[in-house]
Amino acid sequence: MINKVGREIPDELLKDGKNAYQGAFNRHYNKYKKAAPVVRGFVDPRESKMIESIREALIKCEIKDGMTLSFHHHFREGDYVLNMVMNEVKDMGIKDITLCASSMGKAHDPIVPMIEDGTVTGIQSSGVRGKIGEIISKGKLPKLAIMRSHGGRVRAIQEGDIHIDIAFIGAPTCDEYGNCRGTGGKSDSGVLSYAVVDSQYADKVVAVTDCLVPFPNLHASISQVNVDYVVVVDQIGDPSKIARGAAKPTKDMRNLMMADYCTKFVSSSPYFKDGFVYQTGIGGPSIASTISLGKIMRERDIKMSVGIGGIAGPMVELHEEGLIEKLVDTQAFDLKAIESMRVNPNHFEISTSEYANPMSKGAFVNRLDFVILAALEVDVNFNVNVVVGSDGMLTGAQGGHPDTAAGAKCTIIITPLVRGRIPTICTDVTTVTTPGETVDVVITDYGIAINPLRQDLIEAMKDVKLPYCTIEELRDKAYSIVGEPEKVQFGDRVVGIIESRDGTILDVVREMKDFEFRD
Amino acid sequence: MENPNLKRLRRTMMFLNAQKPGLIKDPHVYKPDSIMLDLEDAVAENQKDVARFSLYHALTTIDYHGVEKVVRINGLDTPHWQEDIRVSVAAGCDSIRIPKVESAKDVQIIEEAVLAAEKEFDRPEGSTLLMAAIESTMGVMNVFEICKSSERLFGIALSGGDYTKDLQTSLSGTGVELAGARQQLIIAARAAGVMCFDTVFTNLDDIEVFEHEVKIARMMGFDGKSIVNPRQIETVHRVFTPSEKDIIFAEKVVMEIDEKREQGIGVFTVDGKMVDIAFYPGAKRVIEMAKAAGVYEGDL
Repeated sequence: MINKVGREIPDELLKDGKNAYQGAFNRHYNKYKKAAPVVRGFVDPRESKMIESIREALIKCEIKDGMTLSFHHHFREGDYVLNMVMNEVKDMGIKDITLCASSMGKAHDPIVPMIEDGTVTGIQSSGVRGKIGEIISKGKLPKLAIMRSHGGRVRAIQEGDIHIDIAFIGAPTCDEYGNCRGTGGKSDSGVLSYAVVDSQYADKVVAVTDCLVPFPNLHASISQVNVDYVVVVDQIGDPSKIARGAAKPTKDMRNLMMADYCTKFVSSSPYFKDGFVYQTGIGGPSIASTISLGKIMRERDIKMSVGIGGIAGPMVELHEEGLIEKLVDTQAFDLKAIESMRVNPNHFEISTSEYANPMSKGAFVNRLDFVILAALEVDVNFNVNVVVGSDGMLTGAQGGHPDTAAGAKCTIIITPLVRGRIPTICTDVTTVTTPGETVDVVITDYGIAINPLRQDLIEAMKDVKLPYCTIEELRDKAYSIVGEPEKVQFGDRVVGIIESRDGTILDVVREMKDFEFRD
Repeated sequence: MENPNLKRLRRTMMFLNAQKPGLIKDPHVYKPDSIMLDLEDAVAENQKDVARFSLYHALTTIDYHGVEKVVRINGLDTPHWQEDIRVSVAAGCDSIRIPKVESAKDVQIIEEAVLAAEKEFDRPEGSTLLMAAIESTMGVMNVFEICKSSERLFGIALSGGDYTKDLQTSLSGTGVELAGARQQLIIAARAAGVMCFDTVFTNLDDIEVFEHEVKIARMMGFDGKSIVNPRQIETVHRVFTPSEKDIIFAEKVVMEIDEKREQGIGVFTVDGKMVDIAFYPGAKRVIEMAKAAGVYEGDL
């Protein structure tokens, strides 16, 4: 059937209660019963949770074929835990494992041979990059890959769409009773937000740390009440890839120009008033617009009540200057944010459920006035793609994109009109990963388009001098520069699902095939 | 008929390597007044033909939205300039910047080749304008005759780097070493009725010194400045565009002079300042410049 963003969803996928996407807020007030894990009571105080190795953890957790193992991605491209565990799983001859990771990157390329030999048969993640994306797109993963937003992942676990058998939680610090924190140690990631749901819903939970600290490791991100075992290893990650110093503000004039447009738009909009709530990413234009927004906040004496994120240095600086009252954090993007978690009492760690779970009783994203996001492609219906490359390969992650877009009163996408020879604004995105009904404004180097669904915003902004145009005009301009690209050619086989944050199917990803030229 | 582009707003002239598609595909988004597609110093000796190829296709396919398209060709002392001219004219550039001009003859040699190319490629004769870059002490000594050398010549520009080498000094950042040349160029240009452009400032991160230099150039009488990065545009345009206060004053001067002339009054005051007919051309120029820059909303 054709879903609400105009995508054809094969009927064979619409079974076992799975529905096609019907609108961003279609499940408002829906009731469901939360799934529950099997808990093994830890009653005898003379027992220890400490075990010797990952191998022992797998044995004690009764690993077997067909299980689902979960991981978090707070260590980003510096993560050692996923590969470490999976190497043991492979050595033990275990097959048919589904990986339920909050995200996967190039650091996990060593999983590819495990897909080829049947150790791994399923992947459910926010996104994939590198060789894993390639092998999925080439149809070599036996089960459908499922891509979910951060909020959607929590929802899927809570609703029982996916059940985690064993969760491995890389913990920068941990005590012998399983209290884990993101702060401290040599692999400091600041927070452990993504892993909280895993710890609460997995049958078995293993904390893996390279920094065992005295009991009690409080205030714990992951509580002892949810942890079965604790393993100490030499290294859980590469600190140089977990967090870098704050990115230098961009000097690229195109980025600065788009940032200026964004700042002018935000600061002239009805939502820019004392106490506003804001989130932004870490791309060049996003950081530049945060910095220039700070200038306007100072001039007009306007303060942000909450900065939500994904937090990076520029937001911390505004917080320390007193321009942001509170930071709530699900991922510390750089050393400055990690340090801030440690020293700033109003910089709070929140779980991904609190951040973005649409089927909770209220997520932080719903309180956003503005979110500033990027995009690989945006189409004339304002649908956004951040996961599938213009060559048809899985190469990105939904992350919090669809969650924040749905939650914010004003969702702004900043993107250059073309990248190299690829038009960013197009007739139809390769894959819909954030529905257009939740995207309000697209800012490019050539002009700004406001979604016609937002007549209120169009009216409110009409006297603000900015280069407005329609999204179709932006598309036409892009095509006039680089031409209209031929559509990517896919095979028939569906290799992946882009799941909407509410669990419905937003789009599918089909197998890549070699481009065939017309005669 | 005189080419209407001889006089136009040229506050910024942005250098772009003609060989780099990423640079030349859409510089108009930054809204410079002119772009300078460079075939000379930015292009390696063995890449000149590649750059010409890229230049030709850019000029014939890209809509630069009214931004003036100037090509800097290679100098007369190279084997490249004739082919540079043929390609630039065939592609329909607006103007050619001649480097290292030292005499009126240099300009006239180029003018001849440009005319031949206009005929060869069926371009309107006289449609391609010229500007001369003064890069040597000899060029500075001959600058007035250079300014008067051709009907096509709309202006001259100082090239500070080469000039200071010839002067046996270097760029100090203070402008001291350029003071004589700047003064001489602007005097000659005004005497000959052509435009005059200041040299580039390459330290992109030193915004304060850059702004100071731009202000000095404006005070000296330059029409604009060559730039090397779009980040410099805002500063130059701000300095070289009449302020609201300037525009209001100029409007009053023009209107008052028109009115008082009819009443037979020669000298009077505007906002407490003594004004006479001598103020008229300057005030008109401010209005014209404001109009060209798109910031004038009045009726004059």
